[in-house]
Amino acid sequence: MRGITDTTDPATRPAPAPPGPDASRVSSSGGLGNASWDSYGWRGHGHRHRHHPLRLRIRGPIKRSSASRVLGGVCGGLSECTGIDVTLVRIGFVLVGMMSGVLVLGYAIAWLVLPIDNETSNIFSRAVNDRRGIRLVIAFLPVIVAIQIVVSVLHIGYLGFIGWPVFLAVALGILIWRNASEHERVWISDDVVPIFSSGSGRHGRWTMILRLAVGLAMTTGGVLVLVLGHTTTAALRPVGGALLVVAAIVVVLGPWWLSLARDLMAERQARALAEERAQMAAHVHDSVLQTLALIQRSSDDPQNVLRLARAQERELRAWLFEGRPPGTISEDATMLGEGIGLLQRQVEANHGIAVHVVLVGECELSDALRALLDAAREATVNAAKWSGADQVSLYCEVEPDTVMLFVRDRGQGFDPDAVPTDRQGIAQSIRARMARFGGTVVIRSEPGAGAEVELSMPRRQLVR
Amino acid sequence: MTPDADADGGAGAAGVGPPGRPRIFLVEDHAVFRAGVRAELGDAVLVVGEADEVEAAIELINERTPDVVLLDVHLPGGGGQAVLRGVLPHHPEVQFLALSVSDAPEDVIAVIRAGARGYITKTISGGELLQAVYRVAAGDAVFSPRLAGFVLDAFAQGTGPDTVTTGLDPELDQLSPREREVLRLIARGYTYKEVARDLTISAKTVESHVSSVLRKLQLSTRHELTRWATDRRLV
Repeated sequence: MRGITDTTDPATRPAPAPPGPDASRVSSSGGLGNASWDSYGWRGHGHRHRHHPLRLRIRGPIKRSSASRVLGGVCGGLSECTGIDVTLVRIGFVLVGMMSGVLVLGYAIAWLVLPIDNETSNIFSRAVNDRRGIRLVIAFLPVIVAIQIVVSVLHIGYLGFIGWPVFLAVALGILIWRNASEHERVWISDDVVPIFSSGSGRHGRWTMILRLAVGLAMTTGGVLVLVLGHTTTAALRPVGGALLVVAAIVVVLGPWWLSLARDLMAERQARALAEERAQMAAHVHDSVLQTLALIQRSSDDPQNVLRLARAQERELRAWLFEGRPPGTISEDATMLGEGIGLLQRQVEANHGIAVHVVLVGECELSDALRALLDAAREATVNAAKWSGADQVSLYCEVEPDTVMLFVRDRGQGFDPDAVPTDRQGIAQSIRARMARFGGTVVIRSEPGAGAEVELSMPRRQLVR
Repeated sequence: MTPDADADGGAGAAGVGPPGRPRIFLVEDHAVFRAGVRAELGDAVLVVGEADEVEAAIELINERTPDVVLLDVHLPGGGGQAVLRGVLPHHPEVQFLALSVSDAPEDVIAVIRAGARGYITKTISGGELLQAVYRVAAGDAVFSPRLAGFVLDAFAQGTGPDTVTTGLDPELDQLSPREREVLRLIARGYTYKEVARDLTISAKTVESHVSSVLRKLQLSTRHELTRWATDRRLV
């Protein structure tokens, strides 16, 4: 019994650690956990880079890297900030981590308190301010108290021992999950806890049936053990008492739990609504706003205005009354080449820019590749609208694992860092669209030197 | 056409090499387009003659041996290849730059295999056309993005299971990784200069890679080359 407590204790101690030393100022990254993690990290590289001491220069605050990450991106961030090769940092971490578990703990804390490079707040500070999540955790407290009561009545001591650690772990897990960003949630559910996503997979129904069956079998088994283990009913009396207490807790706290559940449901609906709105905004931006911009530009050509307005009207009707979203590559196309041909014709017809297409390889269109084409079209339209060039090159290559697509113009170019992040065109229509299917976007441009948008979409979606 | 011929003699005597004004011959059946090309190239080149059909073209080119022939792929009386077959055996030093409206694969493969040093579409801008002419005059190859894409496709991914090569020289049937990189950038719309900067190699090296690809394209017996041209109907 002691053995069990000893092994579980260090594992759960990270739980109270974060609220301790650096609860007040998270961004300062000067807490106890960080100090140990830093010193271990540096010592690891000191050996390798003793002859290059000047290489270690700190560039701004440490942020976790989203580009080069294996786990939380801590090593990547450390390497970006110090200029040390990321592989060296990782090797150092693994070596020191194997010698001392403290580094593992340090890594976990670093993951929580360091913001990822495209965000300003970190998971920990968000969790502290997540009042709903904290309420949810507190709502579990009576449950664990009830379980403890039942357990102490039945004299199953070891269950009592692991009860609190398990509770703390679950509470932490809930808070982290609720406050992780969208990308990290995907990472957690895919790589860390595959069971989280088991309900949403293609075989959701079968896993649900299996889960129900296992649960039923376990419940039946438990009841049987209880009844058969106590030959006289007198021994079961304390169990009845414990059940009464549990029932009382449920009666007293039940309404509060219900309201909490309603709150969570409302929150989920609000999030779904916000997502829907973002998608709708992307659609409207791609269709109506584009057309309005075109109409303004060709206000001296009534014929053209009329044509644009008609086409837009038709598209809008198709969207509102037939459910066909505008700004997407028509469902008719089944092959990539066809889709690109459609894209080329649409953009050339609507925007008066020549699109030079080069396609290497061919494959069938999937939802992900349709999203790729939509993003590519947005990039092409952007080139038509802003670059001032009269032609744009579109190169697409089908590789075994990915489809690469490059949209390049020789126009006036722009500074990619200077584009406001809330601009729909790049943020929603290109980046978000690609990210939804695991694709990536790289934009290269300098003022005066044209622009190139590189889109990369994995061909096989990661369905586990 | 006689004044042209006279001017040609003069320029030829003055100095032939690429740095001077290359002597150009236009083979093209649309008079409007011929005039357009003349206007675009302007004084930078010397147009030594024009022809609008195959037989006249062969006769005049063999007589005047220009540096570069701008050759329309679609010609009445046998197409651009017929001109190549009629000239190259007698005057291998004449360089051909193929021009087409369509960029259709069967056009590309036919004229390149018949011996053209480059392939461009008629949508090319005046400056680019001039550069292409200079490049071909200097003996280098000119690839349009589409042609680069075609070569990448035809030589796709090393040797697949259905790759049948009957040639004696397996080198001819494969692209080196570097050649592949160069072609990929050209297909993305990069100029040679930009390719060179991107790969941190000299422009001369880029040209030699492209020339080597052109040689492979002309000599390879890879089945994909012909099959690609007949199977694919791009846009």
